[in-house]
Amino acid sequence: MSENEKPKNYAGMSRRAVLAGGAALSASLFTPKFLRAQDFPTAEINTTGLAVTDDTVTIGILHSVTGTMAISETGSVQAEKLAIEQINAQGGILGRKIEYIQEDGASDWPTFAEKAKKLLVNDKVASVMGCWTSASRKAVLPVFEQYNGFLYYPTFYEGLEESPNVIYTGQEATQQIIAGLDWVNQTKGAKSFYLLGSDYIWPRTSNKIARKHIENFMDGCKVVGEEYYPLGHTQFNSVINKIRLKKPDVIYAIVVGGSNVAFYKQLKAAGIDMTKESPILLTISVTEDEIRGIGGENIEGAYACMKYFQSLDNPNNEAFVSAFKEMWGDDMVIGDVTQAAYLGPWLWKAAVEKAGSFDVDKVRAASPEIELTSAPEGYVKVHENHHLWSKTRVGRAQADGQYEVVYETADLVEPDPFPEGYQ
Amino acid sequence: MINPFTHKYMNGREALGFAILAAIIFVLFPLVLEPFRLNLFGKYLTYAFVAVGLVLCWGVGGILSLGQGVFFGLGGYCMAMFLKLEASSPENTAIQSTPGIPDFMDWNQLTALPWWWEPFNSFAFTIFAVVAVPVVFAFVIGVAMFRRRVGGVYFAIITQAIAAILTILIIGQQGFTGGVNGITDLRTLHGWDIRTDEAKTTLYFVNGVLLFAVLFAAQFVRKSKLGRLLIAMRDQEDRVRFSGYDVANFKIFVFCLGAAFAAIGGAMFTLQVGFMSPSFVGIVPSIEMVIFAAVGGRLSILGAVYGTLLVNWAKTTFSESFPELWLLGLGALFIAVVMAFPNGLAGVWAEQVAPRLRKLWPGNAAAPENTPAE
Repeated sequence: MSENEKPKNYAGMSRRAVLAGGAALSASLFTPKFLRAQDFPTAEINTTGLAVTDDTVTIGILHSVTGTMAISETGSVQAEKLAIEQINAQGGILGRKIEYIQEDGASDWPTFAEKAKKLLVNDKVASVMGCWTSASRKAVLPVFEQYNGFLYYPTFYEGLEESPNVIYTGQEATQQIIAGLDWVNQTKGAKSFYLLGSDYIWPRTSNKIARKHIENFMDGCKVVGEEYYPLGHTQFNSVINKIRLKKPDVIYAIVVGGSNVAFYKQLKAAGIDMTKESPILLTISVTEDEIRGIGGENIEGAYACMKYFQSLDNPNNEAFVSAFKEMWGDDMVIGDVTQAAYLGPWLWKAAVEKAGSFDVDKVRAASPEIELTSAPEGYVKVHENHHLWSKTRVGRAQADGQYEVVYETADLVEPDPFPEGYQ
Repeated sequence: MINPFTHKYMNGREALGFAILAAIIFVLFPLVLEPFRLNLFGKYLTYAFVAVGLVLCWGVGGILSLGQGVFFGLGGYCMAMFLKLEASSPENTAIQSTPGIPDFMDWNQLTALPWWWEPFNSFAFTIFAVVAVPVVFAFVIGVAMFRRRVGGVYFAIITQAIAAILTILIIGQQGFTGGVNGITDLRTLHGWDIRTDEAKTTLYFVNGVLLFAVLFAAQFVRKSKLGRLLIAMRDQEDRVRFSGYDVANFKIFVFCLGAAFAAIGGAMFTLQVGFMSPSFVGIVPSIEMVIFAAVGGRLSILGAVYGTLLVNWAKTTFSESFPELWLLGLGALFIAVVMAFPNGLAGVWAEQVAPRLRKLWPGNAAAPENTPAE
């Protein structure tokens, strides 16, 4: 698309108009006219027997709504339902309303695989919005590749993967890590880092990339400690003592899930005041969702490196946040992954309309170079490696549970799931 | 005796029970279920191996193990290691820094296959290891516990701790084990693609045959002198000991047997589902497997199979229909079964259904009550 087609200014539009209009933008990129279903005979746009009728197309939503991951994944489900509702309000995709079948992965990886297969084989869904943890994605991946399904995966993750059957709408590790480390080094003068994480592949791979970057690409910087704790661990006093002994400039924390609550409370109880920045706490695992559990007062002053914060100041985001709250309640908060999940249906819609078909092979071929100007995080584009070009941002946690954005990269950061020199 | 078919190890009614289950598994399910559902039932039946083992250990022998997931997992991991090595040929893994090793090792900077992975290149060794590794492990636990006369609730707690320890070990050593993701993306068995519908159907029948082999073995043990001793031990351990029997040896044997059953189930699970992960090794799945046995009736080996099928079918059906409420429904089922029918499905059958059936079928009404020892 050319420069002059880009959305100019939302000033003067009512919030309602922004709501409907902002979301409509992505559709307008490839489909200047209103699409009618009869212009697209079902037999032509669906040659592989997917669940597409003359009026509807069925997709799957596959997240955990029960079990330990439910607290994290619920936001993604809500965002996907919001996007589907908005797309339907505009007339759907190729004139067809989106219907969805929701399945519960139950925080259990084999259940994810079972439900993925059910969605693809039984229900013949045209695409699936789903998964959250790396383990659940790894469990469903062979199923998607075998039955040629198409998955939109929303979570920031460790990279090292590039499936033809997945679009990764979150950041891979280098997009989330490198810019944040450079920022804390350049603006805060940080030289020594203590790496800390929950014990599974994402924190380990992320810390590996962080360590390589610190040691090989940041002059005079060093890692003074690296430790892992099992998922659900709640006793961090010994590592906090070590941190006090080593006195790092930065605690680089990738603690996930319920452990966060214990970790930040114990840090505070041990007298480490993050608002004083000695040491600085930088995390890539705490979004606004997690702060609800941790409590804003316990994490105030910490920095998080993400691509999206609810407080982002742009018209797209304003429309998204108010639509989300209108649908799901005023007390909702929106974290990085929730926003990435919201992109899934929109990216799929754009790809289907560019391809003029629901066939997975054609949608896949159409996906690279798809761009969304209506994304709450701003402009994003699909890379040919199926990840998104997106900005990296640093936010500082406030007592009210929101982040104040203190830094964003000038340009979109290229996704690099197999980073050279970081392996 | 009206019923001509009696045998030391199986009376007529039990044989009928086996025949009905065989008809359900080998005829009814394949006829009425589409391949996807059949594969799901195949997965459920792999848990039945564990439940049958639990009937022997817990229902007959009085040894409550809350760590059967350990053996299910070990069996499954042995099979997964073989399949993963086959899937990691240098051609398939050419994009890795070190081609020819499993992908998760490459991600964790391993540059060579660990020595203890090497034997799993051999299918014969793998088959042996699937049973031998868990049995040896169970033997070590058994000797350590039963020789010291640790039993009852203490034994249950220790097995639970072992399940937790093994989970932490597997997750912590992700370079060697695949960590929390498990060993995924398994493709072929000796070049035979295990992901196709035909392969899954074949595996379902193999699984069914193995399950029946295990059921016959369990029936044999239960009806043998050993089985009667186990029951005696469960009810009056001291008397058995004072009668001159070495109680610990019997306990070790039945515990190892339960472990072997669970391990075969685990290996079949890996083959049918296509991956293995630590979520089957931990405390929660281990307790779930006890629930399968409890729902089916912990005294009945066939009941355990029905219990496993019922619970898993309910789990799938509830969760497909009510994605956000299904756990409540499942919980209600457990509470209802335990409150109303403490002997599970088998108890319902023996106390409610069978007597009424006998009334309807006067030919059998005269048959003497040939109830097994329990």
